[in-house]
Amino acid sequence: MDIHEYQGKALLARYGVAIPKGNFADSAKQAIERAHEIGGGKWVVKAQIHSGARGKAGGIKVVSSEAELAQAAESLLGKRLVTVQTGPAGKLVSRLYIEAATDIAKEYYLSYVIDRKSERSMVVASAAGGMDIEEVAAKQPESIIRLSVDPGMGLQPFQARGIAVKLGFPAEQIGKAAELMVAAYKAFVDLDATMIEINPMVADTAGKVMALDVKASFDDNAMFRHSDIAELRDKSQEDPRETHASDQGLAYVGLDGRIGCIINGAGLAMATLDMIKLAGGEPANFLDIGGGASPERVAKSFRAVLQDPKVETILVNIFAGINRCDWVAEGVIKAIEEVGIPVPLVVRLEGTNQEQGLAILKGAKHPIITASTLGEAADKAVAAWKEFTKENVKATA
Amino acid sequence: MSILIDQTTRVICQGMTGATATFHTEQAIAYGTRMVGGVTPGKGGSTHLGLPMFDTVAEAKARTEADATVIYVPPAFAADAILEAVDAEIPLIVVITEGIPVLDMVRVRRALDGSRSRVIGPNCPGLVTAGACKIGIMPGSMFSPGSVGVVSRSGTLTYEAVFQTTRAGLGQTTAVGIGGDPVRGTEFIPVLEMFLADEATRSIILIGEIGGSGEEDAAEFLRDEARRGRSKPVVGFIAGRTAPPGRRMGHAGAIVSGGRGGAEEKIAAFEAAGVRVAPSPARLGQTLVEHLKS
Repeated sequence: MDIHEYQGKALLARYGVAIPKGNFADSAKQAIERAHEIGGGKWVVKAQIHSGARGKAGGIKVVSSEAELAQAAESLLGKRLVTVQTGPAGKLVSRLYIEAATDIAKEYYLSYVIDRKSERSMVVASAAGGMDIEEVAAKQPESIIRLSVDPGMGLQPFQARGIAVKLGFPAEQIGKAAELMVAAYKAFVDLDATMIEINPMVADTAGKVMALDVKASFDDNAMFRHSDIAELRDKSQEDPRETHASDQGLAYVGLDGRIGCIINGAGLAMATLDMIKLAGGEPANFLDIGGGASPERVAKSFRAVLQDPKVETILVNIFAGINRCDWVAEGVIKAIEEVGIPVPLVVRLEGTNQEQGLAILKGAKHPIITASTLGEAADKAVAAWKEFTKENVKATA
Repeated sequence: MSILIDQTTRVICQGMTGATATFHTEQAIAYGTRMVGGVTPGKGGSTHLGLPMFDTVAEAKARTEADATVIYVPPAFAADAILEAVDAEIPLIVVITEGIPVLDMVRVRRALDGSRSRVIGPNCPGLVTAGACKIGIMPGSMFSPGSVGVVSRSGTLTYEAVFQTTRAGLGQTTAVGIGGDPVRGTEFIPVLEMFLADEATRSIILIGEIGGSGEEDAAEFLRDEARRGRSKPVVGFIAGRTAPPGRRMGHAGAIVSGGRGGAEEKIAAFEAAGVRVAPSPARLGQTLVEHLKS
């Protein structure tokens, strides 16, 4: 789960990370009030969307008068901001962060991630701050410092000082930079983050070391112990199809094709999408019903898939281990009766209680195309979709 | 022969009284697995499915001489359950639970350093030695004793590999699902090492997916072993060729990020190591049959 910059800053500030004075606003009027509270004569207006590279996309504006501030706020609010990370649809700006402008002396890059190789959390830092780290990694790989942290000990001050020295902090700032790094590490671990990126971490002209931008993602699996963070979720930043599905507890990823997919197991789901493409179709979504799915859950999956109006065929592909084919089949029947399926339906059931499942499907009041192997299922789904769209074209012509 | 488990393996189950665990314990017993007890705090002294229940893993180990445990405990309590099994020095700990916070697994992984335990999973289907022992949730009926070793990050694709090698008349020695999480107890390499060393295993199916670098590491290992003169025919598959970057495809570990972990690099690494890559998961069995003939 991602959160906004202003939320990330507030969380880090609780752990003692220094941040510039700032506050959240959702109207031009409120933006001006915030600027008054902050004081000074120069502010930064920052569009709050779940994406990096906002600056290049025009989402960050430096202003030095109330009039400029109001103008900047109005030009951003309600707009969809398109960055290199958002895709062409962009993301809606409904919140702004108003911040005191910082006189930057030097910018650095700092992030915390889970490193899959060392199977530990890792601090990544670079003196090339403010830049896209992937670009830095490609152009100056030697400038990136990586340190994996022993989870039993946590990030030690000496390790953080070591990073600060390597980053080239002047002597009087080494301690402050190390403090920031240790505090942010503590936040990372305490809050079950999967990524915290402080880019840039800056030293200002007065020698203060601060987090100037914060991007943070959290482990969805750990939200049960962080209800305060779960509340920070902003659904306006998500694909509405995915919001609907995740509210139902389904692992759903929206894609651009026409063949809706209901599958068990992430690996089988990914492979089925690959197979649909190989057979000449395009998948509309990734959906893993998970383990032990009840008939209700299967019916909900149909609802999630069908609320995408682009869907013109549905493929159900189940290889049941922890799942039960009879429950899945009952769910298919339930979906036919309660949701209504206006498109061709291809079902493959294999594994636990397969025979009971196939028997239940025989009683369906909607034609079901069955398949016995994965390859056959993908081929039949693509064929059914082609047939269906041909008929539709005829019907409209 | 087989790897990790056989008909003598004595298995306990943590969280056995839950509905899912009950169902799969029954299935395991029906398959012939030597289930010897269960652990649910507060249920010690009772019996469930005719098996003795214990309050702690240490007690269960002392009384049953278990050498494996299977964990169905809910995600919030799963790391604690694993650590309890590590502390009791259970040699093989199989974690079926899906959705364990990744930082919990980072701590578990640390606790395994220097321990006497091996963890398989989490978020995995478990493992089966065909015709002998089934730990976890894989459907037993699709297995037949034979010569193929299967190791996979994906549960359902493990089933495909087993199903197809049974249909092809090859059968399996052992199938191991290592799980789809980014931090897991066992990577591909130790399992491949065991398959290479196991005489009964004559060929291997290796199933990976996007995200991480486990497949590249496995390919490098196989290439190095082949140079030392130790090799077996291997068929591979990578799921997620068409997955868009930056999107997590269900498994916490299945994400192409920062231009790394993509399917094409993994497929290239497999091919460079002499692994025959199946064009689709529907053709794992057929690809292996062709590879064995060539």
